[in-house]
Amino acid sequence: MSATGSPVTNVVMAGLGGQGVITASDILAEAALHAGLDVKKAEIHGMSQRGGLVSSDVRFGERVFSPMVPHGEADYLLLLAPTELAAVQGCLRPDGVVIGTDLVAPDDLPNKRSLNVALLGALSVYLALPQDLIRVAMLAALPEKLHATNEHAFALGREAALARRAAGG
Amino acid sequence: MNRQMNRQLLSGDEAVALAALHAGVSLGTGYPGTPSTEILETFFQLGGRAQWAPNEKVAMEVALGAAFAGGRALVTMKHVGLNVAADPLFTAAYTGVSGAMIVLTADDPGMSSSQNEQDNRRYAVAAGLPMVEPSDSQESYDFFLAAIDMSERWGIPVLFRMTTRVCHGKSVVVPHPETASAPPPPHFEHDLPDRVMIPAYARPAHLRLRAKLAEIAAWGETCDLNREVARVVAGGSVLGIVASGISVQHAAEAAPGASMLTLGLTYPLPVERIRRFAASVDRCVVLEEGDPVVADAVLAAGIPIEAKADMFRFGELDVARVRRILAHDMSPEATAPSGKAPELCPACPYHTVYNTLRKHDCIGSGDIGCYSLGVLPPYQVMDTLVDMGASIGVGLGLRHTLPPDQARRVVSIIGDSTFIHSGITGLVEMIYNPPPTGHVVIVLDNGTTAMTGQQEHPATGRTLEHTRTGQVSIEAVARALGIPSVTVLDPHDDPDGFERLLLERLAASELSVIVARRPCVLAAADIRRWELQATARVLPQLPDGACEPAGAAR
Ligand SMILES: Cc1ncc(C[n+]2csc(CCOP(=O)(O)OP(=O)(O)O)c2C)c(N)n1
Repeated sequence: MSATGSPVTNVVMAGLGGQGVITASDILAEAALHAGLDVKKAEIHGMSQRGGLVSSDVRFGERVFSPMVPHGEADYLLLLAPTELAAVQGCLRPDGVVIGTDLVAPDDLPNKRSLNVALLGALSVYLALPQDLIRVAMLAALPEKLHATNEHAFALGREAALARRAAGG
Repeated sequence: MNRQMNRQLLSGDEAVALAALHAGVSLGTGYPGTPSTEILETFFQLGGRAQWAPNEKVAMEVALGAAFAGGRALVTMKHVGLNVAADPLFTAAYTGVSGAMIVLTADDPGMSSSQNEQDNRRYAVAAGLPMVEPSDSQESYDFFLAAIDMSERWGIPVLFRMTTRVCHGKSVVVPHPETASAPPPPHFEHDLPDRVMIPAYARPAHLRLRAKLAEIAAWGETCDLNREVARVVAGGSVLGIVASGISVQHAAEAAPGASMLTLGLTYPLPVERIRRFAASVDRCVVLEEGDPVVADAVLAAGIPIEAKADMFRFGELDVARVRRILAHDMSPEATAPSGKAPELCPACPYHTVYNTLRKHDCIGSGDIGCYSLGVLPPYQVMDTLVDMGASIGVGLGLRHTLPPDQARRVVSIIGDSTFIHSGITGLVEMIYNPPPTGHVVIVLDNGTTAMTGQQEHPATGRTLEHTRTGQVSIEAVARALGIPSVTVLDPHDDPDGFERLLLERLAASELSVIVARRPCVLAAADIRRWELQATARVLPQLPDGACEPAGAAR
């Protein structure tokens, strides 16, 4: 809940430098913008290219104040590197959802580098945002030669999340 | 509808760049430093004129000259950069400017990527310069336009302070270029008493500065950089919050029922406005990240407010910490388990150098850059790290003082961008006051400013825009200064040669510079591309019959 009492969706994305955490959070934030919502995003990207932990917060709703997801209030945690779970899981609220590599394994993808987009696809199943807005934002953020692989990854992610839902997970 | 169409999701850095473009900033200069680096990069991408200076002091002086010429100038740096540029800053407050000058300092509370968390609001007070602080990207855009007008109206440089979360956080911006004032045409008027700070002219200049500040303070009492939201709570007592910068956003979320006075102008403070605000509420809390700058000033003015407990001076604020401050909760805060630390890239050219230093138990006088990762296991070859350029001065001090067996193992380790920034004067000192055991300086030249995201610098020979320009040769500078032994080699290609050379130079009681040159693995492909483009661009200017440079793009 935001200050005004209207709901704010809180997403935290985490992974290692080079995995595309920042790109994924940019895509989601752009999608929320195009949905006409207020949106804020925060991240620390000091030495992100040197393989360390990178995490990014995306918040959207009618009105968002702080750009950082308060500890224990994330609705979703998109986790690209399972090794980093301990470092970031404190962001989740008790019934928060982890969307990670158990849902889509990097090896199941045509290109491991689209793990970020595959997990976004999975996340899109849970969000009230129209999935097309996320797809369009994804295509706008990536060079054309990567479009086909990433469309595929996005679809795989969605399928996996829908299957988990159907199984009651 | 129109507003809706113009909505953009921008970082604070991008919003400032866009505002600079819309304000007609004629020159943006600075030195890279997280979290400020993207401002000039974006300003260039948007079509503005942006350039990297060798360091912040030079950048400040170039911007000052542009503003003396009647231009609108922007100079950007991280918080510690302002220390380097402090000398011109303090006297620029006296000279004032003809055009506009925005001095942008990006502070890093919590030290996500810095060596300290100094609070540069202190500089506004110390130098006597107005300070503007946005709390999100829209304010970064709006306040930048306002700061340009302030600077021109009072003929004074304006400090624009951002912090990591404001710089890198993204939020919605609706630009309004139509409200930006038009830049006046550049023009020079002789005005010696205003611009030449000999004591006879500086004394009245100081009086003029204080008079300007008094005017700005009076204006600040009603200006709309400071905003008030009063909440009427039926029955209950009213909480009032005075906040600035990112704390504004945390406070709005943590205490939605509170009345707020948000300060966009944090120096000079609107003291009477704060006094009235404090009197209008039952409890008034000053929320600020870092040092208690506002709280101390407000308390000194005799206004009864609550300051945060000292434990909240350290690190960033967030919604949870603001809730704690408001609740007087001073119980110990849980520290989050740390995630994977960054490390040298597997193919980084520095590995060979650090292996060798470690093998021979060198005493590493270190410096700041990607290569600082040599402080972490497995190498741990950096024994000191203070500020950019310190490796050489500190190394010399160690050499002067340690017993000879230890002194001979002292090595200064400095990156190429850092060498240009502030290593050259270290070499001058080394020539002038050589230690009896000599000294060895290793310049780790990876052909880029890797740490901050691969920016160009004078030794790359390419501008911020990656076009060809004059190139400073590190080895030629060292030789010209009179260093007797200057060697350039690729440590990765020839690790044994590097080891032999290092041992020989450590044994000699002589001054040595070793330039260990090999491109950064992250930047190598880009560097090749920029080189090709730069070469292609200069081709048409070659005289008839001149040879084409090898590898020219066709
Ligand atoms: C005064 C100051 N300005 C800027 C910075 C930010 N900064 C830290 S190191 C560095 C330069 C690093 O480049 P280089 O020396 O070439 O080393 P590399 O990262 O490439 O290894 C910069 C810009 C700083 N710490 N202090």
